[in-house]
Amino acid sequence: MGDCHGCPAATITIPPPPFQTRRQIVAIVGPPNSGKSTLFNRLTGLRQKVANFPGVTVEHRMGRVKLEGDREVFVVDLPGVYSLNPRSEDERVTHDVLTGQMKELPKPDAVLLILDSTNLSRHLVLAAPVLSLGLPTLVILNMADDLAGRGGEIDSAELAMQLGAPVALVSAAKGEGVDKVFQFLAGTTQGAPKQKAMMELPVIQDIPKCRAWASSAGSKAGYHAPAPPLWTRRLDRIFLHPLFGPLIFVLVVIGVFETIFSGAKPIMDAMQDAIQTLGDQYVAKMIGNDALRSLIVGGVMKGVGSVVVFLPQILLLFLFIGILEDSGYLARAALIADRTMAKFGLQGKSFIPLLSAYACAVPAIMATRTIENKRDRIATILIAPFMTCSARLPVYTLLIAAFFPEHPVAALLGLYIIGFLAAISTARLLKSTVLKSSRSSFMLEMPPYRWPTFRSLGLRLVDRSKVFLRRAGTVILGVAVVIWVLGSLPLEHGKPLPPEKIQESVMGKVGHVAEPAIRPLGFNWKIGIGLMTSLAAREVIVGTLGTIYGMEGTSQSAGLQQALRQDLTPGGAAALLVFFAFAMQCMSTIAVVRRETGGWKWPALQFAYMTVFAYVAAFATNHIVSQFVH
Amino acid sequence: MTWKANYWTLGIELQMSFKKRAARISDKTKRVARNLTELKRGESGILDRLDLPEDDARRLMELGFIPGHAVIPAHSAPGGDPRVFRVDGSEVALRRETAMRLLLR
Repeated sequence: MGDCHGCPAATITIPPPPFQTRRQIVAIVGPPNSGKSTLFNRLTGLRQKVANFPGVTVEHRMGRVKLEGDREVFVVDLPGVYSLNPRSEDERVTHDVLTGQMKELPKPDAVLLILDSTNLSRHLVLAAPVLSLGLPTLVILNMADDLAGRGGEIDSAELAMQLGAPVALVSAAKGEGVDKVFQFLAGTTQGAPKQKAMMELPVIQDIPKCRAWASSAGSKAGYHAPAPPLWTRRLDRIFLHPLFGPLIFVLVVIGVFETIFSGAKPIMDAMQDAIQTLGDQYVAKMIGNDALRSLIVGGVMKGVGSVVVFLPQILLLFLFIGILEDSGYLARAALIADRTMAKFGLQGKSFIPLLSAYACAVPAIMATRTIENKRDRIATILIAPFMTCSARLPVYTLLIAAFFPEHPVAALLGLYIIGFLAAISTARLLKSTVLKSSRSSFMLEMPPYRWPTFRSLGLRLVDRSKVFLRRAGTVILGVAVVIWVLGSLPLEHGKPLPPEKIQESVMGKVGHVAEPAIRPLGFNWKIGIGLMTSLAAREVIVGTLGTIYGMEGTSQSAGLQQALRQDLTPGGAAALLVFFAFAMQCMSTIAVVRRETGGWKWPALQFAYMTVFAYVAAFATNHIVSQFVH
Repeated sequence: MTWKANYWTLGIELQMSFKKRAARISDKTKRVARNLTELKRGESGILDRLDLPEDDARRLMELGFIPGHAVIPAHSAPGGDPRVFRVDGSEVALRRETAMRLLLR
């Protein structure tokens, strides 16, 4: 190989980074698990945001890095890739951004190539295609502390000579050596190494050849691979033990589940009360105009508030997922769950999102990002809303208390079970038809165990809250206003209709018109209105029914239970429960599916499928139950 | 209707003879090349080739399953599937059906 100085093929002229005039863009590239995000967080802190490239589901993060003298550069964190061969969507995005083919983003001015120094021979393979792009590149060898701790070594100056690019030995998690990255960004590293590669880069993108090139580059730079990670081996002996492994797995699952439900409950109740008090005591008194007060307090604050109260639960869930993922346990959990998930045509990585969906489908769908296989990911997204989310509980509680008070636990358990069965049978259906894929696609790298850092967990939570609240401020706000308007028109003496007269409103009229369609399910027009308002969020139906019947609209309200018993048959009540178990009565879920799948195709299909499923099941339930109970 | 039945039996015969042939071939490869699932836990083997569609093979090679490199089976999920393999400085879990297509020298 190119050990020659004057050999023309070996020459790659890398211009010094020209960071002077306009804002520069620097791309961060690296294989998965190389610490890209950690470095990105280190560089940008809170000055970052998540964005999607239009038309693709791959998301990237943009951030600003402050340099000396009020200068700034933009950094883009690209998806983790092993090569630049544009095969998967992630790789295509990375490839397109680096070659300037991504329309929304100008070609980067420089590249930070981040590699795991404890696994350098394998990670260096990516250096070949990245360096041959000819952009100014800093090769960052991350996890330097780990490398030294486990007795490995590398001569970074020599490696820089071999590659013809500056090399920095860094520990992004501890912040060691990050100053070299800032120096590079400030454009002060021009003089350091010779801008000429001593090794010829492999021209053909053949993996064994690139791998041999990487080994040779590493050994020329005195690379000694570190000893195997002792602690990881020790911990795997416990976490992947044939007996204790599954036991710990089940305990972790129960622990997460329990904390999400019980742990978040007091905070959620407190938030609910706070929103209620804020609306009734303060905001209501501040607004003189009746119509405006009704819109703000009854429409916006109630609608948006009923969704915002889920924020503590969602954050707690993401805190757990963050800890599990950053520590490396998530990969082990996926391994243990894989066999079971394979029976439904899914794979181990679908497990955590589906578990999360018992709290709320929205974070669950966001959590499917860890599934690389696109078909498996879409299948998981499509079945997640069948899992019994916490928003269904108020509805279930009200109806079970009113109609099936003798067997509350059995009824509730039954509803959880039918939701689960619908999910797995839908998964099987999808995976044997539209989302068919070869079963051999499960390949999962087991990262070494690491301590999660407060910094990355914190930034993750900030990130998720922003996404969630932005949606609450846009889609859900819009729906809440529309529902309020439909429920308050036409005006009565120039004022919006009071809540007691909802049947006279536009929505009430629509309810009457729609009644023939829902009559076969055993529902009357009042339930019809409830179904419509519950599109904003499932539990809204409880409040709506309270309003219509002129009772206190909570699931514990005895008056409301009494009113429902007189107005609904047991068949109709059972049908309503079944309808709620299966229907996709949730705007937020529709919005997040659209965002995550990059279009309206999947959410539209999902909404249609779940609604038809719910309708048919409710119809059958009404008729079967009516045969036995009168 | 007899011609239809004839075609049908012919089809079955063809299929059966094809199956026999396929079985013979797989017997032969079995004798010649061992695959990853035949390694005992902790026993090292040298990878020879990846008998998989190109996409899967590429992805596995990127993860370290490169012909000529050593592979060592390690822990597994309960029941032995999927299993973690130590390869080229990292640990990668594969399902049994994938591991069976990775042939050893």
